[in-house]
Formats: sequence, structure tokens, C-alpha cells
Amino acid sequence: MITRSEAIACTLSEITDELVVVANGMISREAFTHHDREANFYMIGSMGLACPIGLGVATAQPHRRVVVLDGDGNVLMNMGTLAMVGELHPANLVHIVFDNEVYGSTGGQRSISDHVRLDKIAGAAGYAQVVRLESTEALRPTVADMLKQDGPSFLLVKVGPENVSGIARVSYPPEIITERFMRAASNQ
Amino acid sequence: MVTSDEFYKFLKAKGINFFTGVPDSTFKEVFRLLEQDVATTYIPAVSEDVAIGLAVGGRLGGQFPMVLMQNSGLGVSINALASLATLYKVPILLMIGWRGYQGKDAPEHLIMGESMLNLLQDIGVPYEVLEAESVYDDTERAIAQMETHSIPVALIIRKGILA
Repeated sequence: MITRSEAIACTLSEITDELVVVANGMISREAFTHHDREANFYMIGSMGLACPIGLGVATAQPHRRVVVLDGDGNVLMNMGTLAMVGELHPANLVHIVFDNEVYGSTGGQRSISDHVRLDKIAGAAGYAQVVRLESTEALRPTVADMLKQDGPSFLLVKVGPENVSGIARVSYPPEIITERFMRAASNQ
Repeated sequence: MVTSDEFYKFLKAKGINFFTGVPDSTFKEVFRLLEQDVATTYIPAVSEDVAIGLAVGGRLGGQFPMVLMQNSGLGVSINALASLATLYKVPILLMIGWRGYQGKDAPEHLIMGESMLNLLQDIGVPYEVLEAESVYDDTERAIAQMETHSIPVALIIRKGILA
């Protein structure tokens, strides 16, 4: 099984000018380590709110593509947000969930996503496209396709539970993350 | 006395163009106006912390957001305010209905009614308790404070303040 770190690196290698909101914990740290850019918003606290933030950006900037890099624990914490995405139906939102079935940043305690099909819930909530991947070959082409197609799109990527070593903490102070992202968002 | 309709027009004239939140009966007329106003973004949220997340996203995307909620929702929002909106210096305006004011309300509102202002102070969110005779001035002051410090600021509204 692919590591989350590799899956995040692969996903970000397809990114060009999209605005990217990244969930807290190892997901932000890995995105920062592999592909730091001004248009990445690293959410270091407020677990569960990556998708609401992304949905807010997508509503405010309907002509920009917005990508949310999320985790299973984050999605489970605020599952009602999936319903809001289904109802608002933003064509420019791509929601990618790296599902390792554990809380990876706090010691690997189990989440419940081994028994809950988050992809089916997203489909029932009204996402326009839903894809579930359990192997790596299709990851890049699927991401590339979702960045072009009308959404909202939901990609669930099953990843391994381990954390790889050598992943730095996000070094920017939070208000600098805000400034950088707003600058990137205002550059059309 | 300022009507809900006049107050809503005032908020829009101040540049607020991205509304979200969870309803409260204290200003239910404002929600009716939001639902009718197809020209303005209003996103009904499933919970108040989600509304804070949406508003932060709206601000990052260049809009001027407002989050409406009952003070029960402040309890749900504490972490979103502390570890997102305040920490990241994202200015958003909150409009919070003060249920449980002076202990006169249903039992589920009494503890939050008593604690609300202290909670806001403890997490560093300034507030203005709106008075009927100075609704516009109170709101102007809140917006100025929000912009000067680039943080969330709350308007506290009691029953009967808006006609």
C-alpha cells in the first residue's frame, strides 16, 4: 500500500495554479515538505474544518479551482459538510481524502473509516464525481482529470497507516500563511 | 428603533457580502431577509464551527463575511475561533443572539447566557453589545476594531433590540 507521504507528493505534482487547503497534522506537514507554495493554506489547528474553508474559498472565487487535501478523521469529524458540498454543488471544488483509517498525528489510534464508506457517503450527499482508489497507478491521472472536470469531485485514496520520517513542521507563522494564500488567491 | 430590514441594508452597505451561520430566533427576521435576497451569498451551515470555517474561506477568497448564530453555537465555535480565525488573523464579523440574558430564558440557555461574554474575552474575541439607540454606532465600532486588529469581532444582540 502506498504511504500517505507518497500519495500527497504524487497529488501535488499535478497541481499548477489551484488554491489548495490542507488539513491539520501530518497532511499539512507532508504537503509543506514536498511541495510548498503560496497558494497552499496549511490549517495547523481546527481539525474538521479543511473542507468548510475550501468550500468558502470555492464560493468566494468561483472561477478558481480549489483543492482540499483532507483526512478520514477530519471528514468524520464534520460529516455534515459533505451534505453542504452536495447542496451548494461548487463545480470548482476537488475534495481529496487520504484515508489511513487512523489518527496518524496522535499515535495511530483507529478512526472508524475501516467500517464507514466515506466515498459512498459523499456520493449520496451529491458530489458530482466520486472515485475510490486502493492502488497507486491511477492516482496521478485521476487527480489530473478531476482538476479539469466539473465537480464537486471526491477522491478517496486508501493509504498506509505509517508516518514516514524526515517530515518537517510547517515553519510559517499562521498569519503569514494567511497573507501568502490571500496574495495567491487575488492573483487571477 | 432600527428594524431588521434597515439593519440588514446597513450591513450590506458596510460591504458585508458573504453571510453564513445557523439560525437564532433573536434575529429570525434577518434570516428571512437572507433567504429572500438572491443577490447576496448566504450559506446555511450545518454547525457554527463549520460556519466559521466557511467565513474564513470566504475572507481568504477576498469577500467580507459575517457569521450569524445563537450563543449556544459559540460553545461549538470556540476552537474554530481560537485555533483558526484568531490565530490566522482573519477578520470576520460575528452576530450572536444572547439567549439566557439576565437568567430569563429556557433552562438550556442559562449557563451560556451567563458565561458568554467571559468566554469571548478569554479567547480574545472583542465584542459590542448592541443598544437599541446606538445600533449603527456600535456596529461601526466593531467593524473598525475588526479591521484594525485583523481578528474576529462579535456583535451581541438581545431580544427586542431590532424591531
